[in-house]
Amino acid sequence: MSMQNDVKFEKIPAEKFAFVQLDTNIHDKKLETKSRGYLADAFLRFKKNKSSLIAAVIIIFLLLFALISPMVSPYTINDKDPVYTSYPPYVPAIAELGWGIFDGATTHASQNDLAMSAWKGIAVETGMNPVLGIVNVNTTYVMYRGQQKANNTYTIETNRYFETGIVYRVFKYSEFEAIQQWQNETGIQVIYPYVESKDICDITDNPNIWYQVSDSKGTPVLDENGDFIPAYSQNTALEGAPYDSIRIEGDDGSYIYSAKKSGAVQCRVSYYNYYIYQNGMEPTYLFGTNSLGQDLFSAIGIGARFSIIFAILVSAINLTIGAIYGAIQGYYGGRVDLAMDRVSDILSGMPFIVCTTLFQLHLGQKVGVVPAFLFAFVLTGWIGMAALTRKQFYRFKGQEFVLAARTLGASDRRLMFKHIFPNALGTIITSCALIIPSVISSETQLTYLGIINLQEFAGTSIGTLMSQGQVSMTTAPHGMFFPSIFVSLLLISFNLFGNGLRDAFNPSTRGVDD
Amino acid sequence: MAKYVVQRVLLMLITLLIITCICFVLIRMLPPAELPLNDIHTQVIEARREAQGYNEPYMVQFGIFLKNIFTKWDWGISDKLYFGQDVASIFAEKLPATIFVNLYSILLSIPLGIALGIFAALKKNTWVDYSISTLTMVVISVPSFVFAFLIQYFLSYKLGWFPFLMKAGKDYLSWSMFVSMLPTVMSLSFGVIASFTRTTRAELTEVLTSEFMLLARTKGLTKAQATVRHALKNCMVVVLPAIFGEFIGIMSGSLVIEKIFAVPGVGGLYLNAINARDYPIFIMVSCFYTAVSLLASIVIDISYGFIDPRIRMGSKK
Repeated sequence: MSMQNDVKFEKIPAEKFAFVQLDTNIHDKKLETKSRGYLADAFLRFKKNKSSLIAAVIIIFLLLFALISPMVSPYTINDKDPVYTSYPPYVPAIAELGWGIFDGATTHASQNDLAMSAWKGIAVETGMNPVLGIVNVNTTYVMYRGQQKANNTYTIETNRYFETGIVYRVFKYSEFEAIQQWQNETGIQVIYPYVESKDICDITDNPNIWYQVSDSKGTPVLDENGDFIPAYSQNTALEGAPYDSIRIEGDDGSYIYSAKKSGAVQCRVSYYNYYIYQNGMEPTYLFGTNSLGQDLFSAIGIGARFSIIFAILVSAINLTIGAIYGAIQGYYGGRVDLAMDRVSDILSGMPFIVCTTLFQLHLGQKVGVVPAFLFAFVLTGWIGMAALTRKQFYRFKGQEFVLAARTLGASDRRLMFKHIFPNALGTIITSCALIIPSVISSETQLTYLGIINLQEFAGTSIGTLMSQGQVSMTTAPHGMFFPSIFVSLLLISFNLFGNGLRDAFNPSTRGVDD
Repeated sequence: MAKYVVQRVLLMLITLLIITCICFVLIRMLPPAELPLNDIHTQVIEARREAQGYNEPYMVQFGIFLKNIFTKWDWGISDKLYFGQDVASIFAEKLPATIFVNLYSILLSIPLGIALGIFAALKKNTWVDYSISTLTMVVISVPSFVFAFLIQYFLSYKLGWFPFLMKAGKDYLSWSMFVSMLPTVMSLSFGVIASFTRTTRAELTEVLTSEFMLLARTKGLTKAQATVRHALKNCMVVVLPAIFGEFIGIMSGSLVIEKIFAVPGVGGLYLNAINARDYPIFIMVSCFYTAVSLLASIVIDISYGFIDPRIRMGSKK
């Protein structure tokens, strides 16, 4: 016992008391750093994840592509060229530079001398040489009438757009006039002099033969300089309509340019120039054309627009339904949970493909292909989301803050959506980012298979483009290549992005890949 | 455990019955295929339709449908695609191709997938792990038909190693048939390999960091011993059911891949039945798909219980 304890405190006079802080405020030390919320924290973590960040950039790029490509492309989805189908990428301005890109190049193997002379024929007449270069010459020697004879076959690269050369077209008189008018204005030769089949050994199926030939295979007769000898018709009795426009070089005015054809005229037309006449521009296909003659560049954009919008719509609907369903299941538990689980069990047992087909067969005609497709996705799509929400609800519903709210008299609905749901939101939102690629993937597969046909609604879809590309895969791989690249990039980056988002929102699950 | 299995099987059968019923009614609600006039089969099919109760209420039709299946294995007669032929026998004809192709595929891909997964897990956070994980991620994201296209274009067309399409015929065990199946098998394998790699890696990395692994090392096992005896065994708790599920799933195959390589299998039959609106075939294949997917999920569930006693106990909560 010390002395101090003996001091009597019972009667301390009032004047001994003094205020410690009368005029200064009592408060904690002010926070030096800025406080950071849940979202900001998640965003910070997301930014650290390089691969997700790159994925996000790629997604933005692909979205912009889908948005812009149909706008900048000179072609709409309804422009279907009947001749330029499954043609490789071609941009005249870049092709002229001779870099070997966008030049519409195709490889032709085993071209013999006859075929080479046919290519030359096109080049001389139209002034547009289809042969870009000779890749390989293969010489074999055969004994021919006792003499050794060299037989050359060539592997060549050609510009497919020039390959067509001349085609036969039948015009009405007015159209014929209009083309002549256009020729005069632009100086571009569309109509070439007519050739009668009797002058070229009765060849009727090859409009590209304009020179004298020695047989019906089209072997040319050459003059002493090795040049072709024209076989243009000068038979005025044949002439279908008067021609008063630019003439080809070497024409002294005697060549005729059309032949009578029952109320119309038949002409030999340079398809490339005819294309310019029709479209007002040279063919420019950045990604080439598909088997319908559509511009792939804009078609991919149009297909992607639908895919992305549809996927976002599906995940929004599934998110809503699944969250409500799972919330009720998880919150009430017990019998309600069990009964609702049975329902989702039955629905999830139904194979998606069967479900889609049934919806198409029943509702495709009545409500349209796209709504029927949407129903199919929604019917089973929400189940995963519901299971996820249910799990989160089981986790949170027994916690103290819920108990506190309940004690204060909060209603069930308030407890579910005001107190528990926001806690589960991070998990739910991030799984939404992973639903989008899975919807795009299924949609692509179904349109590829042709079970769903979106051509009437959306114009085309990536899956449709791929199945069209599949048809001419060996001759025109670009038709399959570009849509594949696009959809693969889109799906990879969406998945990467989704994973990054999940890691950012739930750091505890980092690295668990499912 | 027995009770649990019986319970699950019964539940599955009820689910299957309900789904079949829904599909059946929905398909019967569609107008049946028009039959050609002046064809000898037409009268037979009409008589069969009468016997199947096409004019009765739907539930009566469903009863007749089930009765025919259980008593005579009679799934009806194709009225469009294989006009006048028995659906069950057409189906039985198509099944082997699908099973062979998928069997080869999983025999190739499951060991490979697990091996890659183990490799990645053991080399966790090294460049090996990163590149395996990235590849897995890419393969899982990209639709299978992109791979099929790449294989068809490069291996079949450019290099000419394989035929373009699967060989027709029924000599499934011949060498030439095997070679013609390879592009299909490879295309199917990518996804399976990737999913097994991912599961194995995720599971094994978790197991490797658990405390019993530390105990195993402490009691004197080498790292290899501990990994093989303890970690792999525990990791298989998840991987093995997945393998079972995969084996059941081989029957349903892949619609897309079968279409690309012209595999004369179930997938092709299903697509053709849809396009031709051949409903009897459609019903049978739909039921088949449903049964296979339910069976796969139940096998996975039950095998968990058999493999891991902890899960068996947990099921009684």
